[in-house]
Amino acid sequence: MEFEIVIGLEVHAQLKTNTKIFCGCTTSFGAAPNSHTCPVCLGMPGVLPVLNKQVVDYSIRMALATNCEINRTNQFARKNYFYPDLPKGYQVSQFDLPIAEHGWVKIEVEDESKKIGLTRIHMEEDAGKLVHDEREPKSYVDLNRTAVPLIEIVSEPDLRSPEEAVAYLKKIHSILRYLDICDGNMQEGSFRCDANISLRPHGQKELGTRTELKNMNSFRNVQRALEYEIRRQRDLLLEGEEVVQATLLWDPDRNVTSSMRSKEEAHDYRYFPDPDLVPIVIDEEWIETARASLPELPGQRKQRFMEELGLPAYDAEVLTAAKELADYFEAALLGYDNAKKLSNWIMTELMREFKGGGPEDIAACKVSPANLAALLTMVQKGTISGKIAKTVFSDMMESGKEAEAIVKEKNLSQMSDEGDLVRIVQEIMADNPEQVEQFRDGKTKVMGFFVGQLMKKTKGQANPQMANELFQKELTK
Amino acid sequence: MELYNLPIHSLEKMLTEGDISSVELTAAVFDRIDQVEGKISAYITLDRENAQLAAKRADEKIAAGEGGGLCGIPLSIKDAICTKGLKTTGGSKILEPFVPPYDATVIAKLKEQGAVILGKVSMDEFAMGSSNENCAFGIPKNPWNLEHICGGSSGGSAASVAASECIASLGSDTGGSVRQPASHCSVVGLKPTYGRVSRFGLLAFASSLDQIGPLSKDVRDSAIMLNAIGGYDPKDSTSINKEMPDYTAALTDGLQGMKIGIPKEYFTDALDPEVRAAVDNGIKLLQGAGGEVVDLSLPHTEYGVAAYYIIAPAEASSNLARYDGVKYGFREKESESLAEMYSKTRSQGFGDEVKRRIIIGTYALSSGYYDAYYKKASQVRTLIVEDYQKAFSQCDILVSPVTPGPAWKLGEKIADPLSMYLSDVLTISTNLAGLPGISVPCGFSSKGLPIGFQIQASHFEEEKLFKAAYNLEQQLDLQPKYPTL
Ligand SMILES: [Zn+2]
Repeated sequence: MEFEIVIGLEVHAQLKTNTKIFCGCTTSFGAAPNSHTCPVCLGMPGVLPVLNKQVVDYSIRMALATNCEINRTNQFARKNYFYPDLPKGYQVSQFDLPIAEHGWVKIEVEDESKKIGLTRIHMEEDAGKLVHDEREPKSYVDLNRTAVPLIEIVSEPDLRSPEEAVAYLKKIHSILRYLDICDGNMQEGSFRCDANISLRPHGQKELGTRTELKNMNSFRNVQRALEYEIRRQRDLLLEGEEVVQATLLWDPDRNVTSSMRSKEEAHDYRYFPDPDLVPIVIDEEWIETARASLPELPGQRKQRFMEELGLPAYDAEVLTAAKELADYFEAALLGYDNAKKLSNWIMTELMREFKGGGPEDIAACKVSPANLAALLTMVQKGTISGKIAKTVFSDMMESGKEAEAIVKEKNLSQMSDEGDLVRIVQEIMADNPEQVEQFRDGKTKVMGFFVGQLMKKTKGQANPQMANELFQKELTK
Repeated sequence: MELYNLPIHSLEKMLTEGDISSVELTAAVFDRIDQVEGKISAYITLDRENAQLAAKRADEKIAAGEGGGLCGIPLSIKDAICTKGLKTTGGSKILEPFVPPYDATVIAKLKEQGAVILGKVSMDEFAMGSSNENCAFGIPKNPWNLEHICGGSSGGSAASVAASECIASLGSDTGGSVRQPASHCSVVGLKPTYGRVSRFGLLAFASSLDQIGPLSKDVRDSAIMLNAIGGYDPKDSTSINKEMPDYTAALTDGLQGMKIGIPKEYFTDALDPEVRAAVDNGIKLLQGAGGEVVDLSLPHTEYGVAAYYIIAPAEASSNLARYDGVKYGFREKESESLAEMYSKTRSQGFGDEVKRRIIIGTYALSSGYYDAYYKKASQVRTLIVEDYQKAFSQCDILVSPVTPGPAWKLGEKIADPLSMYLSDVLTISTNLAGLPGISVPCGFSSKGLPIGFQIQASHFEEEKLFKAAYNLEQQLDLQPKYPTL
């Protein structure tokens, strides 16, 4: 029996505000435990939250970028549960009145475009962290991360494969980074993803029993965890067994999922409107100001690359996925006007040589966009060959030097002086009368031999096209 | 006249004119405390050393011409209001060792003005109770009859003002917790409009109902106290940015043109006849001062108690979740697991009434019950608000008793929480609607127990409350003013 895969994703994105959501503490990482705290985020008796307006502003931007409807009046609610990393015993979140609902984004999988629905976006506060002592049965609580603002972006169960799920996730990631409201770091947990997944026989309307997958801290882990869970559920269903609703943790080292809790242990969070926070009222002016501040988004940029630069859809998609890469591309384009050749270079040479974490780390690349443009311009002018350019590029990646400096230093510019080349061509012909004879007898294949000799003598610096022409001329004299 | 028996407005004059010093006054009040506290048990914590320092600083301020208002006036503070460096227990074992590293906004305001904080006074644990018998640190007695309750939850505040163990006090009112003990102790108790006074630093019981208010010897002192503590606070999102008038300016003679609403639901047969008589007399006096009586109805009053005892415990169940033994306060140390630590800490740290309300609130918010309880109660709340809107389109103030009867005997209702809850029927709706309300002494029962007169007004119309209360107080000139101790 064939099954249809149904996946919905919940993304938690930490917002890049300077201060926490309900107090003035900094949100920066890496400080000594509990040093970025105050009575408010520590949940001390009698303290009260004051909403950081920037959180709302960022959320509105995300809502607009994902085609959501913004709830003009929305409200914080308390999600009640006990855990030592949750100092108030409840998390301030949103429940029945989230800031935004009913949005969508477009994803591309195997050259097909698909709209994925967004159920909702809501604002909430992050929890702290527990640090366990390996040597003794003790746990420490670090509340630096407590009350760092998050938005949760919940998709409709519209995703039909792990590939679609990853494409969707990358799209959300990309939009957040284009908006510059989340740093997107999955390892540090500023961009986190949970997946709901179920299988159903093709044609069946109602959804199968779902499981929830957690702890997937890279795109690759999302793909692998989903693939694993699909296999596991399929095997169960094929053997006539039932999928048990549960929360599963992905173990990236062992490539398996393990059960965290089953439905019987599910929390009753007892949501109710937070009486300490008044409803958030968003007027048209606020929305329009946010709309006006929106940067060009990945979809729009891709469209522009295709229409104005004539790039193929594939190139445009790859180049615009990360804002930094697209910025790099456009900066290089200022010094070099062949968009397609530049795109080829970036997608092949640059991405191959570049050892950053991903396309968004391109800013750390030693070859500046201007230097790349200068290198490609030298190829275009015939100063160096395309082949030499690749060597020069490797050198640039290593040393960070400018292309011209390397070419000059290593004397790599092509010999395009006809007089010099003619002299060498004549020497080669004089040294190899046998091959000259063969050519003149119609064995034009020996041309390769002549060009090879020329390259050898010029240490590869001869302009190959010119060499070809010169031999042709001299041999047929 | 003993200094400790004087109201703020008299002492203010004596202080600024140099007749007395705050150091003297503070010493006199501490002497009084030493004299009667053994009988009353109003205080949980006394802060003699810092009070004396504050008095000294107040005297310097007065000498520099910066006195007036509350400068140099010794006050007691309900132990639900955070005081920096001074233990704040909420009347609970679970917070017994807690010393806040911050001042509540009202405390910061009082200190700024040079008020002298004598110490922290008793209360029902986390403000849950109507008799102040739910306190982990002793039960305060009614200064008018030591065998009777002083009321709650701001019982220590009311008792300390009535027994002249302070000049005035701050309490908090969630369902009558300032007005009811004020009524039982023959002092003035004000519950301001929700949002008038910052809640920052007040241990939360029910956030949408809690409001800090003063308990004082007379109406003028109440106005002086509200002048001092009121106003918008950026640290409290529910505080309202509305201009603060000088409330003492409302204290003028005559009530010409004021319409006095008499809600029939507040005058049922359940009222003690002596309470009824005293309140009727009060109404006559208001009429005599020029007020015009209007009979009207607040039809949903009877559902107030039910709605309140869903909403308040629901909010409390969440507000009190932070007392988990992890970060501060009491922790049961012998537990083997996290769950056991939570369970034992909270079982041993909270008293019965608090546990009862946490359980009720948790139940009311549970999935499957939310709609039937919390949501329904919120709807009732809306109906009560609408009742008031209709009423205030016909009148300026609403008058009634504060409690159905005078203070009961200690222990009398402790085993019957429901009858205790029902005694709040006349004060609860004010909080549900976020209105201001005041309790003014209006007589004594035949057994010598105080009876209070309640006035409610529309949002931010405290001036009308003060004006009516002041006229009642002046017309009545109630005697005796102080209990014999
Ligand atoms: Zn903080």
